[in-house]
Amino acid sequence: MLNMFLKSIQMPSNMHRIKCLPFLLLSLIFLNSCDNANHSSAQTDYSKQYPATEGGTLINAMTGEPSGLIAMTAGESAASAIAGNIFNSLLKYDKNLDLAGELAESWDISDDKKTITFHLKPNLKWADNQPLTSEDVLFTWKLVTDDNTRTPYGADYKLVIRAETPDANTFKITYAAPYAPALETWASLHILPKHLLKDQDINTTAFARNPVGSHYYKLEKWKNGQYLSLVRNPNSTQGQAYIEKLTSRIIPDKAAQFLELSADNIDIMGLDSIQYSRVLPARPELNKNIALYKELGNSYVYLGFNLKRQPFNDVRVRQAINYAINKQEIIEGVLLGLGEPVASPYKPGTRWSNPALSPYPYNPDKAKALLKEAGFSDTNGDGILDKDGKPLSFEILTNQNKEREMTAVLMQRRLKDIGIDVKIRILEWASFLGRFIEPREFDAVVLGWSLGLDPDQYNIWHSSQQGPKQFNFVGYNNPKVDALLEAGRLELDPDKRMKIYHEFSKILLEDSPIVYLSAGYGLNAIHKRVQGISNPAPPAGIGHNTHEWYIPSQYARNELSEY
Amino acid sequence: MLKYIIKRFLWMIPMLIGISLISFFIMQLAPGDITTTEANFNPKASEESRQKLRAMYNLDKPIIVQYGLWLKRMATLDFGNSFASHQRPVFWQSKDKDGNVTLGMIQEALPITLLINVLSLALIIMIALPLGVISALKQNQFADRAITVFVFIGFAIPGFWLSLMLMYWTGVQHQWLPISGLQSMGSEHLSWFSQTIDFIRHLILPVFISAITGLAGISLFTRNGMLEVLHQDYITTARSKGLSENRVVYGHALRNALLPLITLLGLSIPGLIGGSVIAESIFAINGMGKLFYDAVLMRDFPVIMGILTIGAFLTLIGNLLADVAYAWADPRVRRGVMQ
Amino acid sequence: MKKIFSNPLTIAGFVIIASIMLLALFAPFIAPYDPDAIDVKAILLGPSSQHFMGTDGLGRDVFSRMLYGARISLLVGFVAVGIATLIGIILGAIAGFYRGWVDTVIMRLVDVMLSIPSFFLILAVIAFLTPSIWNIMIVIGLTSWMGVTRLVRAEFLSLRNREFVLAAQTLGAKDFRLIFTHLLPNSLTPIIVSSILGIGSAVLLESGLSFLGLGVQPPQASWGNILTDGKIYIQFAWWLSLFPGLAILITVLGYNLLGDGLRDAYNPRSSQH
Repeated sequence: MLNMFLKSIQMPSNMHRIKCLPFLLLSLIFLNSCDNANHSSAQTDYSKQYPATEGGTLINAMTGEPSGLIAMTAGESAASAIAGNIFNSLLKYDKNLDLAGELAESWDISDDKKTITFHLKPNLKWADNQPLTSEDVLFTWKLVTDDNTRTPYGADYKLVIRAETPDANTFKITYAAPYAPALETWASLHILPKHLLKDQDINTTAFARNPVGSHYYKLEKWKNGQYLSLVRNPNSTQGQAYIEKLTSRIIPDKAAQFLELSADNIDIMGLDSIQYSRVLPARPELNKNIALYKELGNSYVYLGFNLKRQPFNDVRVRQAINYAINKQEIIEGVLLGLGEPVASPYKPGTRWSNPALSPYPYNPDKAKALLKEAGFSDTNGDGILDKDGKPLSFEILTNQNKEREMTAVLMQRRLKDIGIDVKIRILEWASFLGRFIEPREFDAVVLGWSLGLDPDQYNIWHSSQQGPKQFNFVGYNNPKVDALLEAGRLELDPDKRMKIYHEFSKILLEDSPIVYLSAGYGLNAIHKRVQGISNPAPPAGIGHNTHEWYIPSQYARNELSEY
Repeated sequence: MLKYIIKRFLWMIPMLIGISLISFFIMQLAPGDITTTEANFNPKASEESRQKLRAMYNLDKPIIVQYGLWLKRMATLDFGNSFASHQRPVFWQSKDKDGNVTLGMIQEALPITLLINVLSLALIIMIALPLGVISALKQNQFADRAITVFVFIGFAIPGFWLSLMLMYWTGVQHQWLPISGLQSMGSEHLSWFSQTIDFIRHLILPVFISAITGLAGISLFTRNGMLEVLHQDYITTARSKGLSENRVVYGHALRNALLPLITLLGLSIPGLIGGSVIAESIFAINGMGKLFYDAVLMRDFPVIMGILTIGAFLTLIGNLLADVAYAWADPRVRRGVMQ
Repeated sequence: MKKIFSNPLTIAGFVIIASIMLLALFAPFIAPYDPDAIDVKAILLGPSSQHFMGTDGLGRDVFSRMLYGARISLLVGFVAVGIATLIGIILGAIAGFYRGWVDTVIMRLVDVMLSIPSFFLILAVIAFLTPSIWNIMIVIGLTSWMGVTRLVRAEFLSLRNREFVLAAQTLGAKDFRLIFTHLLPNSLTPIIVSSILGIGSAVLLESGLSFLGLGVQPPQASWGNILTDGKIYIQFAWWLSLFPGLAILITVLGYNLLGDGLRDAYNPRSSQH
């Protein structure tokens, strides 16, 4: 080996001859691609609207690979996004976020409000041509409530005390007591095929990587660590989608994803506010190909206090902090105006959101007055308020999320203005939960909750939900709120329910166990070859009708050619 | 020689136990476990079901029992199944009762990482050896200094920054090369020749970046080795015998200067595997580094343990091979170990 | 000393390191702005006479943040290498001085540590312990002492039987005294060289960890996390990644030129003419 190497150094003329072949290859590798470049940079004008056509491929990117495509055992968002194209639930949310039937054609609720009967659509089929019946629904319910199933989602379904299938198209469930969020839970449970899973261990089955569903698409190929591609399911229970193929590429780095979008290698990508309002508008050559969409966000960001700790057990301190934080500044500065303030945990403008409520205005004088009332003053003249010799100082924890971090930095400065010393600590997600949230080792956190579609907030705000891994980790305890949350779960009448949750939101805002900071818009870049997208987005977001999106054949991406 | 190899091989057993202890200790530092991340902080996940998950993963057993279970697995090369992608075996493929084969995670990731590293090592040696020799021959002259600065710049530049700039320049601005991944979408319909070219095109940037950062080590090593050898008596003797300078330099000096390089290559394996984390994340390559990083974030203990053990095992094998090669190449050592 | 400064590269390395240390030291006097002062009206401004290196996504002055970031990046380098060197000296000295089974145990530990990819170790430990500047320094230190250990041991083994050591021993010098007054001072040069090279690597390592989100955590600025913040806007706000990238490049280059130059100067064989 070494000798060979030494010889080739000694005889440069030989080297030259050997080099010719690699050179040819190199020219193939680089030059050919220049041709490709000419293809794609030959500017296509994407402004023309064409009628809807079938075919085409839509490529998106995701940062992580799903572990499997059975949503109940996978859990992470990558899995549910893809599985949502493959599996159906009994119900779905329509574009206005009202419940509608998906597999179910209709449903009745008994007079005692404890029994729900779902009537399936006739002649439903799985992608492998087997009939989809109420037996499959019953089987899925058994799976999700089975103690051997490794799922974190069983609790809601365990409230069902009896499930029956009077006939192949009817599925009937009975609860011990009326359970208002029941219908919502049936909109998020993917129905799985009994005929393929009945003898399988759901936790390890190969089905998770080779699923058979009933929705618009079916899995075509899963290339580990690279991509998953779905093709249309000819047996779809919901009719046919236009786009033939959905491909999800796995690209962990967001910067690399954006480069791929710029190079027209992916069609759709979520953006941050700077990319949306600064980067893309500054790049006219990208603007010709890429359209921007925004939609109401699905979550809100908040500053949550550890109510078991001093000084947050004093409502005046919490309210003072709320007054001292300038939410508009956060929305302008962090979200570049691409967001809204919220005053309740519900999407603004929807039924559950109480229109009478508004966020605490920015009012540092009022904040100072409240703190003074609570006994804080700057006795030693260091600019930091204190009480009983202890300075008013706390630490804000948040996870690695650029926007949350910036939000924390902005609050830090505003709180300093009124004499509160704030430190910030940013943590990786699993450590954050395991080391700080679960043992309740924190002063305050910046986190997000989703803006619920069902108004039930029992798990987050009921005083019984303060166990180590439960979600009332701020330690909120208000008997009035407990009573409202309990009542809300039993009340099925939408109007009465609405009143209950409006009242709940009002008390929550007054108590200020958290400071609502902002609800950022969902921002998306989608290549202009994709048409049929609702703009502006309805409450359910632009993704509500992906089956109606289409790619005119004139705009289809060039097929890869041979070298 | 054989005895030497066997002895070295047996040494690997206590080493592996030491490695497993260190890896296991690190695992115990982790706050939270798979149930922390798997449930993804979902309000619908109940405490009861989390406990259930913990029991299923044996996380509720005492530490010593967990370590025992792990050692048993290590001895049988069965690293179990991943917690996070629980359908997949950590190390090697498994077959279920219907005959469906699931590829092992390491089985799939390791060849990719090895390929990139072997290619970049080859590139490094091709570039760094001549640079090192020139540096030594022109010691303290302009060429020497220029080479030193050049290879140090390669070492000092943050790899992910260089990667992104090159991805932008070659991938977006000029569209010469693909940006990320290892094959183009839809390339599976092409002929194998086009697929190979496509694959090579995807490898260029990752291999180049990994090579750039590794030049300095080998080039300086060669330079200093050469300088040392060039001042030794036998080189002076060779020169005085009237051998041409080329014969002296390439025939005698380089050969002797290169011997220690074999050991260096053996020792560089863990660095290469470790360095793959960043490159693989940025280029979206499904290799050992990205697998490890994902496993750390997911608290996927079997995968973490599996990769640490396999990585260390490879290093030990690499060192062993390097030592054997060294012994084989150096007559003095060869005789020494034979006796 | 003369020999060191005959090489212009060593001088260049020295000048780079010295000026960056001075900049870091006098950051409060040089920085035109408070590095944490937010101005949401002035986000992502390009370099100008007001903002020498532009502003970031919160309108903070990048130049001021770079200056303060230099302190953190250099601190990480110094402390991490300090820890590694300390452990390396202690273990290496024990192994080289006492030899026998202590030596065997320590060297096997070195082998074990060297065979685990150290970046994997660092990654796992920092993720598990939560990334903070102290954890990063300690973990980098705890995973990079093996080289120094080997170095010190080798030096001790070769010095151990030198006449001046044997003489001191015959005169009844205690082990402790022997190690600290005779052996260690004579092994200092290679230790210093390897520390200087190590600082550069630690700065680079921190930037790599930042890329993975496990480096020094914002809002504390380090070059690594300024660079990482900027990477996503590399096509647009180039100043956000160019300046920290160059700063890391130049600093690490400086340490390497200095370290390499010192090694050359003190290695009698490679500097003969």
